[in-house]
Amino acid sequence: MQRIGVFVCWCGSNIAATIDVQRVSDTLAHEPGVVFSANYQYMCSQAGQDLIKDAVRDHALTGIVICSCSPRMHEATFRKTAAAAGINSYMVEIANIREQCSWVHKDKMVGTEKAITLGRAAIAKVNLNAPLIPGETPVTKRALVIGGGIAGIQTALDIADAGFEVDIVEKKPTIGGKMAQLDKTFPTLDCAACILTPKMVDAAQNDKIRIFSYSEVTEVKGFVGNFNVKITKHARFVDETKCTGCGLCTEKCPQKGIPNEFNLNMDNRRAIYIPFAQAIPKIATIDPEHCNMLKSGKCGVCSKVCAAGAIDYTQRDEVIEESYGAIVAATGFNPISMDKFDEFAYSTSKDVVTSLEFERLMNAAGPTGGTLLRPSDGKHPHTIVFVQCVGSRCSADAEKGKEYCSKICCMYTAKHAMLTREKYPDTEVYVFYIDVRTPGKNFDEFYRRAVEEYGVHYIKGMVGKVMPQGDKLIVQASDLLDDRQLRIAADMVVLAAAMEPDKSARSLATMLTASMDTNDFFTEAHPKLRPVESPTAGIFLSGTCQGPKDIPETVAQASAAASKVIGLLCKERLVGNPCVANSNENMCTGCSLCERVCPYGAITYSDKEFKMPDRSLRIRRVASVNEAVCQGCGACTVACPSGAMDLKGFSVQQIMAEVDAICK
Amino acid sequence: MQVSYFPGCTLKNKAKQLDAAARLSARELGVELIEIPDWQCCGGVFTTAKDEVATKLSSVRVLEYAKEHGMPLVTVCSACHNVIKQTNHAIQNDEEFALHVNNYLALDTPYGGEAKVIHYLELLRDEIGFDAIREKVKKPFAGKRIAAYYGCLLLRPNSVMKMDDPENPKVMEDFIRAIGAEPVIYPCRNECCGGYVVMEDAAQAKKRSVEIMCSAELCGADMIVTACPLCKYNLMKNGNSTIPVRYFTELLAEALCVKEENHGS
Amino acid sequence: MEVKNERLKEQLIRISGVNPRKCMKCGKCSASCPSYDEMEYHPHQFVSMVESGNIDPLMNSESLYKCLTCFACVDRCPRNVEPAKLVEAVRLMVIRQQGRNRLTPDDIPALIDDELPQQAIVSALRKYTR
Repeated sequence: MQRIGVFVCWCGSNIAATIDVQRVSDTLAHEPGVVFSANYQYMCSQAGQDLIKDAVRDHALTGIVICSCSPRMHEATFRKTAAAAGINSYMVEIANIREQCSWVHKDKMVGTEKAITLGRAAIAKVNLNAPLIPGETPVTKRALVIGGGIAGIQTALDIADAGFEVDIVEKKPTIGGKMAQLDKTFPTLDCAACILTPKMVDAAQNDKIRIFSYSEVTEVKGFVGNFNVKITKHARFVDETKCTGCGLCTEKCPQKGIPNEFNLNMDNRRAIYIPFAQAIPKIATIDPEHCNMLKSGKCGVCSKVCAAGAIDYTQRDEVIEESYGAIVAATGFNPISMDKFDEFAYSTSKDVVTSLEFERLMNAAGPTGGTLLRPSDGKHPHTIVFVQCVGSRCSADAEKGKEYCSKICCMYTAKHAMLTREKYPDTEVYVFYIDVRTPGKNFDEFYRRAVEEYGVHYIKGMVGKVMPQGDKLIVQASDLLDDRQLRIAADMVVLAAAMEPDKSARSLATMLTASMDTNDFFTEAHPKLRPVESPTAGIFLSGTCQGPKDIPETVAQASAAASKVIGLLCKERLVGNPCVANSNENMCTGCSLCERVCPYGAITYSDKEFKMPDRSLRIRRVASVNEAVCQGCGACTVACPSGAMDLKGFSVQQIMAEVDAICK
Repeated sequence: MQVSYFPGCTLKNKAKQLDAAARLSARELGVELIEIPDWQCCGGVFTTAKDEVATKLSSVRVLEYAKEHGMPLVTVCSACHNVIKQTNHAIQNDEEFALHVNNYLALDTPYGGEAKVIHYLELLRDEIGFDAIREKVKKPFAGKRIAAYYGCLLLRPNSVMKMDDPENPKVMEDFIRAIGAEPVIYPCRNECCGGYVVMEDAAQAKKRSVEIMCSAELCGADMIVTACPLCKYNLMKNGNSTIPVRYFTELLAEALCVKEENHGS
Repeated sequence: MEVKNERLKEQLIRISGVNPRKCMKCGKCSASCPSYDEMEYHPHQFVSMVESGNIDPLMNSESLYKCLTCFACVDRCPRNVEPAKLVEAVRLMVIRQQGRNRLTPDDIPALIDDELPQQAIVSALRKYTR
């Protein structure tokens, strides 16, 4: 029989305001096994924990029930307290009388009754608890970073700097991500490529970093410290070890006119291409959809001109298997499609562009060589209208766009406006805004400079419609402060399209069993206190895959994620969860159902000899659980038809005892 | 295929050609338009006020008929289509309105928005198909540059009409291609002509119509097609342009070479 | 807010189904409105003035009869506020008052011509008369 102590926490007024804590502790004192019961203002405080320790000593307690906040909050605290007092940590049960009780009830009578019931259930369980000893698993000292933009690069560099091996998997032929497509960066206006490409080179030259470009993660198995990952390296039909990146093939290839995705389809590339001059790795890639040789076997020009003999039309996708201790998601963002916003005439006029397209039009390596020209006729635009919040801040029932603020648009629009005015003082620039949001170091000053020094016309209002008429775009808009409707004959319109997570994030989250919000941004373990970790152990978040952010914030988060990864990889062994599945071999019928439902591959079957009552030997096929791999999800215990499979710490008996205590 | 057909009052009077061409063309394309007996005027405009019930009852009656006969309800006039479709949507989504309506009509089975309401253009696009139409065209409008005028009623509110992209629609342009002409895309094709205020505020109706006709003219249109008798009237009377405005069904009938046999019905 | 305006506001919200609090004051409705120049109060002001209970000026304004009911503001509003429905509700609030019909059958003969489609007459009566 257990000797149980019950400790009811007030949590200041969080619990005590809606629950009669004295009555709870008095009532629970009479439950079977309970030899001590008390209540206290803050059980998690040092004084509260001392109260528990003293009670363990004075009353020779063998089990502890804490009626307090959610176990997510303080279960670990109280387990440590128990261990310090000399009791096995797993003899502690938490009854959540805060989040699931005091916070949801207004009536003190109802709340108190429910708190007592929850306390009873926990006591019933502790009566059946047995001490558990967690196992330990070794940590694979290698990290995987998925996504090779600035977030992924920074995370990888920091992990490598701490001395750990790290692999970057990037689905495009080069790392660099969106930042490689930007022209200048706010608020300092330094050139994006000038600050990014040295980091790309650092990553490539770091002997701790391997870069798998043109590759995708296709399978993830295992758990924190021991992930097994399959990476599919897509065939680029070029031998990476031979290609020197000279680019001759990309000039001689006769397949012209293929939209160049790096310049957002505003110019063309060949069927064999290197996305941009500073690409890493600087290796050509053949686009199989457009290569004549691959499609019909007729051509072979690239192979003929390649002095290094690097072209290999027979290359196939290759699957690489590797194990990792930690995984970082850094899958980034894309601007949303403008399909549902055709009032801005994006699909009917070439001179209506997104802000990312405008970056390319301003960039020296862009389709116009850095001279701002209209895509339709190559003429210099004299009037440009910028529209903010296109697809951001839309209500869910508007059935288009995103509900969130994309955060970076105000600043990059101010940057575009300022740069335009600086380079082309003869160009009138209008910015239509709902609010100008510039929280950030030197951000508001930057925006004010655009207005006051560069004479950008900021207009509080929105564009209702863009009408292509002749070679002009008639922009019909409201000026709310002047109380008038404007019609501006513009040469170009630039849309600050909302950002959304990259489409690949959804399937990756499923592979990683990492959670996402309704917008497909990865969710963090705690929105304030654990912002770079996923709730799934061993999975970390870097950059815009977690939410909209600018470059400084992305880099800060990338380094934070790296430090979390380093903290994990520094450990020799990880203490596991002792609440694992356990098969009663005598009851196991060998049906294999548990093996099939196990998401971690923790269950194996083997033939075993069993002594029968008549002393004869019989060989039966039975399940056994690898406790180091099992995560205690309980899927097998539900699937098992014979009841052989059970979960330590959450046995059928324990759970039924809890249910009985509640229903009593 | 058979469909229920609601012509609406203007098609029985000032816009007879819109109706006649629609019937003849449908027959040629293998669709029989079965006119709903004893239909009443839809009211011409959908009142968005939730407490307006009486003005929407005539629409419910035709919807109920279409439901009982298990056929989609086809209209040609943009205004009728808009009113009937919005009424159907209100029945589906506004419980209190549905209750009021059914309480008044006292039908054997309450009407819950079951009828499918489609515009004649949707019949062409989704049921017959523009490819099938192209094959049946005997006299294509080759070389003609035709501008589609949608106006507001066919497309908006999009959450109810759900016919096409409200800012960049395609159905009429696809229709124009199917009859062998070249569609002219101009920015005012989904702008309002002000038809509803043509009596109350003629000056505004004129201003709107002129802008639309100018826009189409600037983009090089030889002709404008519409589905709405009110738009057609307003654009022709107030548009200050020589470009002809015609009903899309008239063009369809001409392209298919179907002619009216008797002018009676 | 005065009790009378509070009541009016409640009634407008109820019959229009519009929740003016959803507005984020971006002005896209007024940017889309084809009748902007004809209106004294613009679509975004209808939303804002109903929300603040400043309804009398709207009820006495010619703007009520300038709205074309084209729904451009409804379709383009990023917050799905549906300003046109609010304009209509205010207009109904006025013409439902005794003697406030905007148009009477007697006015019609002077306004029509041979080509005018019936629907113009029917819809005008529906919009401006009770």
